[in-house]
Amino acid sequence: MSVTARKSLAVTVGVLIVGVLIGVYVAFLTNGPTPYRVPVASAATASAPGSVDLTLETVGSVGPSLSPNPTWVSYLVRENGVFHRSTVWTLPANTLVHVTLYNFDSKTGLRNPFLAQARGLVGGTFGIDGKPTTVMNPDDASHTFAIPQMGVIVPIEGVSSSAKNTCGFAPCPMSTAHTTTTFTFRTGKAGHYRWQCFVPCAAGFFYGFGGPMQTIGYMDGYINVV
Amino acid sequence: MLSSHGRKLAALTVIGTAIVLPLMVFVLGPNMPPGKDTQVAKGQVFDNTVLLVVMTPFTVFILVYLIYALWAFRAPKGETELIDGPPIRGHGPSQIAWLATTTISVLFLAVFGSTELLANNGAGGGGGPNPVAKPSGAVLPIQVIGQQWEFTYRYPTYGGVETAQLVIPEGQEIAFHVTSLDVIHSFWAYELGVKADANPGVDNVAYVKADHPQTFQVRCAELCGLWHGYMFDTGLVVTPAAFASWIAARKSQFAPVSKYLPPYSTTYAPDPQHRG
Repeated sequence: MSVTARKSLAVTVGVLIVGVLIGVYVAFLTNGPTPYRVPVASAATASAPGSVDLTLETVGSVGPSLSPNPTWVSYLVRENGVFHRSTVWTLPANTLVHVTLYNFDSKTGLRNPFLAQARGLVGGTFGIDGKPTTVMNPDDASHTFAIPQMGVIVPIEGVSSSAKNTCGFAPCPMSTAHTTTTFTFRTGKAGHYRWQCFVPCAAGFFYGFGGPMQTIGYMDGYINVV
Repeated sequence: MLSSHGRKLAALTVIGTAIVLPLMVFVLGPNMPPGKDTQVAKGQVFDNTVLLVVMTPFTVFILVYLIYALWAFRAPKGETELIDGPPIRGHGPSQIAWLATTTISVLFLAVFGSTELLANNGAGGGGGPNPVAKPSGAVLPIQVIGQQWEFTYRYPTYGGVETAQLVIPEGQEIAFHVTSLDVIHSFWAYELGVKADANPGVDNVAYVKADHPQTFQVRCAELCGLWHGYMFDTGLVVTPAAFASWIAARKSQFAPVSKYLPPYSTTYAPDPQHRG
């Protein structure tokens, strides 16, 4: 083998090794220090033909048992009767999803009051502690549940500042102060949809939009519609 | 006088440019982004074509020189010692040609770019709160509000109603007032040829007039956080009658929340600024 051929072979092998190393890094080492669980197929339980139930919880502090960032605000999802910290869910396509959301967090207020009116819901209304409505006072919002690609947005009312029995961190007993929001939306065709909270609710971060607002697994996630 | 190599390189560059330039002007140029849906977009296609024309001879020269050098200056077979040619110093014609070519090119691009920035009422770019180039007739103001991670739109002419979708009437000069509630975003209505930064506390105005009904993509063009890649939606250009019907429907739909909206303003300093 000539010198040129040997050099060419060495360069080719070197490029291949570097390519494989980059591929391994991207595939296995870029998930970050806080892994999230994927997916939660059983989070949605069938309630009637053509519909499923999805039960969620929002907490002001997720607590040490559920996160390495115990002070971060977070969504939780109920799976097999237990609330987990997971924000990547699988839902069936073209199906009604009945959502019940228990919020144990206080009021923050919406940065854009326009988001105080619900959109994209079946029936056009959502329930706050059993009372149907289409809009709420933006100052009373604690969080939102929004799937922008589906046109779905629901404001979540916060716990009153005068409430006595508030929850310090998750898991929050149902005996502690909370609000209950109910609504129904319909999933469309199969796809990969992001969902997020629009309230700047990340305490201690610049403008409230750091940490849990910028990290999948807390106030943002994906819905895999299959 | 040019050396033998110089003459060959010059000839090959001229021939290559003569072949490639018509392809750039008549084949690639008309297909340059962002398309031909508005005068602003057409102007940008023209600008991109002119840039292609300017860069073509330079690109051809570089490629010709590279290929020529690999062929003409290769080591003779069996030659193992690397032998460099004599250094070129103080070659007046080469220096003058280089200075003249680059100076003319840069000055042309500066004048051309400055002129084109003012064409079509600002070329679809944000001109700040008081743009230098403005349309002469009546304009319909529409506010574009960026927030992590969605654009919403307010129509001050129609009671300040806010919507989640951008719909504009055809044949009407539009003034987009672009701002942000949090970080820096960039409002990019691709097919319309409009791109304007959305800065908090700033009213950035961009003009456009859509000629015919169509859909167009709206994207954020400034890396703005976790869901930047998902910050997009689809806008519509509709007939004036359809627009009147649509805006009336939105006023009715969003009447419940309209009472909570702040009075229309070119910028907003919303609460809460922070939590905790």
